[in-house]
Amino acid sequence: MSPHRPPVGDRFRRFLGRLDAAGPTGDVPTGPGGGPRAGRRGGGRRGGGEQLNVPPAEFTSYYGRPVLKPPVWKWDIAAYLFTGGLAAGSSLLAAGGQLTGRPALRRAGRVTALAAVSASAYFLVNDLGRPDRFHHMLRVAKLTSPMSVGTWILTAFGPAAGVAAVAEAAPWLPERGVLGLGRRLLPPVGQAAGLVAAATAPALATYTGVLLAGTAVPSWHEAYPELPIIFAGSALASGAGVGLLAAPGDQAGPARRMAVAGAALELWGSHRVENRLGLLSEPYRTGTPGRLLRAGRALTAAGVAGALVGRRSRVLSGLSGVALLAASVATRFGIFHGGVASARDPKYTVVPQRERIRRREAERPAVEG
Amino acid sequence: MPDANSLYGPLDPAPDAGWTDARARMGFFTDTSVCIGCKACEVACKEWNDVPGSGLDLLGMSYDNTGALTANSWRHVAFVEQPRPAGHRTPPFAGLPTAATVSAASAAVAAGTADDTGTDPGLPPGDPVAAARMAAGPEFLGMPGAQPPGRATGPAERTDFRWLMMSDVCKHCTHAACLDVCPTGSLFRTEFGTVVVQEDICNGCGYCISACPYGVIDQRRGDGRAWKCTLCYDRLGAGQTPACAQACPTESIQYGPLDELRERAAERVATLHERGVPEAQLYGHDPADGVGGDGAFFLLLDSPEVYGLPPDPVVTTRDLPAMWKRAGLAALAMAAAAVAAFVGGSS
Repeated sequence: MSPHRPPVGDRFRRFLGRLDAAGPTGDVPTGPGGGPRAGRRGGGRRGGGEQLNVPPAEFTSYYGRPVLKPPVWKWDIAAYLFTGGLAAGSSLLAAGGQLTGRPALRRAGRVTALAAVSASAYFLVNDLGRPDRFHHMLRVAKLTSPMSVGTWILTAFGPAAGVAAVAEAAPWLPERGVLGLGRRLLPPVGQAAGLVAAATAPALATYTGVLLAGTAVPSWHEAYPELPIIFAGSALASGAGVGLLAAPGDQAGPARRMAVAGAALELWGSHRVENRLGLLSEPYRTGTPGRLLRAGRALTAAGVAGALVGRRSRVLSGLSGVALLAASVATRFGIFHGGVASARDPKYTVVPQRERIRRREAERPAVEG
Repeated sequence: MPDANSLYGPLDPAPDAGWTDARARMGFFTDTSVCIGCKACEVACKEWNDVPGSGLDLLGMSYDNTGALTANSWRHVAFVEQPRPAGHRTPPFAGLPTAATVSAASAAVAAGTADDTGTDPGLPPGDPVAAARMAAGPEFLGMPGAQPPGRATGPAERTDFRWLMMSDVCKHCTHAACLDVCPTGSLFRTEFGTVVVQEDICNGCGYCISACPYGVIDQRRGDGRAWKCTLCYDRLGAGQTPACAQACPTESIQYGPLDELRERAAERVATLHERGVPEAQLYGHDPADGVGGDGAFFLLLDSPEVYGLPPDPVVTTRDLPAMWKRAGLAALAMAAAAVAAFVGGSS
């Protein structure tokens, strides 16, 4: 028995209190003693009274309770969606900078990737019910578990990104002695590690789409074709944001183009999930998730516009970078909370499933006949 | 080599999970037409499995004060009151003092009743509008009045109603999403084809909770791990009947080899149809359904959603190959965009 449990009867007293506060007819205006009972099942024996002010019965439920358990993931996971994508985007930026001789992009990308992947690890472990058992993730490798796949992607990416970032410290080492050896060895090791990180980065950025879609949460699962695209775009855009913030104008060209490509993928994907899924698009358009996704879209557009217009202005480029990073945060939290909202309301579980049954039954005679 | 139906479709799960000496698949058949809502199953389950208490209190929505399956309630007796004739198509209360049951208002308020079950997400509040609709519509349900039916109102106000009771439990799906998505291997398939959480492995990542299409598995607060029905794995190994089935006084909960239970259930439905209960239907019995059939299936007297069950659950792994393919395409697009950004410009 939990020590936090309230005394016996508290819950019911609260219920009675709320019932009293709601008045004799409650929040929902009804007829006397139970409301109108007109209906197809022939319970309608009680005339009179006001109309029940609820929408037509689109679905039945068990006392309005959710069918599914909403995700227990806290905001850490939404934050991880951002930091994981940021780590992936910036390591691609770093590798590009490394291969095309743009040291500012390389340095900023590598350092951001390490910081973001460290934050990711913190968020992931912190969200566990038993953080001290995080290493149990490494017991198995399962393709059926996107979280297991992601664990191994992070296990490959994290150390590589770390080594690449540490290699940036080489110029600060003394020229002689053991540390001097490090000064000579670190850059090539960092180059190799940076390429390993960049090679795993696209997987890191996109597996999270499968992570969310691989659940029974209606608005996540049905969005499975788009989620990886949105996350890939958002990761590119946030990586580009780092480049715009850090690089001088003559090195920032690739970051500008990455911003455009990322924004295009992200906007296309989020437009699709907000419109293609019928009823299941609703959680992405309304309430907090709707506001977050709209903010994300506006910030993305502003960031791209600023990046393109502000070629000559370091300040404008930097502001665009900030806008792109903020857009990525908003988009990730919007997608995350949209799914949570869809699991909290039985409507999003029952109505699409009923519709599926209806369609199947409509098709059946055609197939058999 | 895994079966072609490993992710979706009819399958015998224990051999697919690698058991070379798999036993007959065991399960539950819960016949709600004989359930009396005594909750002996809830109590027996808690006693045997040492499940923490979930408090003694009233939810205000019906005689169901457990509310939902949680980490601290592995059996949950749903209770539904409907203003319509029971079973036999003839109003059983014709001429007797019965009355309207509950108001839409009390149902709406009760939908918001939630309490600390000691688990996450435990028993989340419901949607008041949907609850009121349930109470006001032909399907109603809700909190029985404080007085015996019909006492407060005159005979003119009297109506027929029926009670539905159903002991819900983990379905032990053929394709168990919780098991497939578990990243630690804590959830496993037993030789009896059931699905069990290994409490010494689970690290509380919560993935199973979002993956379950029935909203069964749940996280215990303070403990952090996920818990659910084990179909009394310890008792099964010793050739015993699970505690809930053992305690059920009406044999509403029947335990046995799944094949045998499915035959028995088909007979029972036929009998009920003959006796004039056309609404009797099986739920979760069909190996061709979205989860490959449930190890624990039910005979219901109304639509599944009336009992809080999803009408057409589909295991998330059905779409897993397509999901990975989309992720692969997105990853390629991302890599291509990055390459193009660096080689495709002058500045």
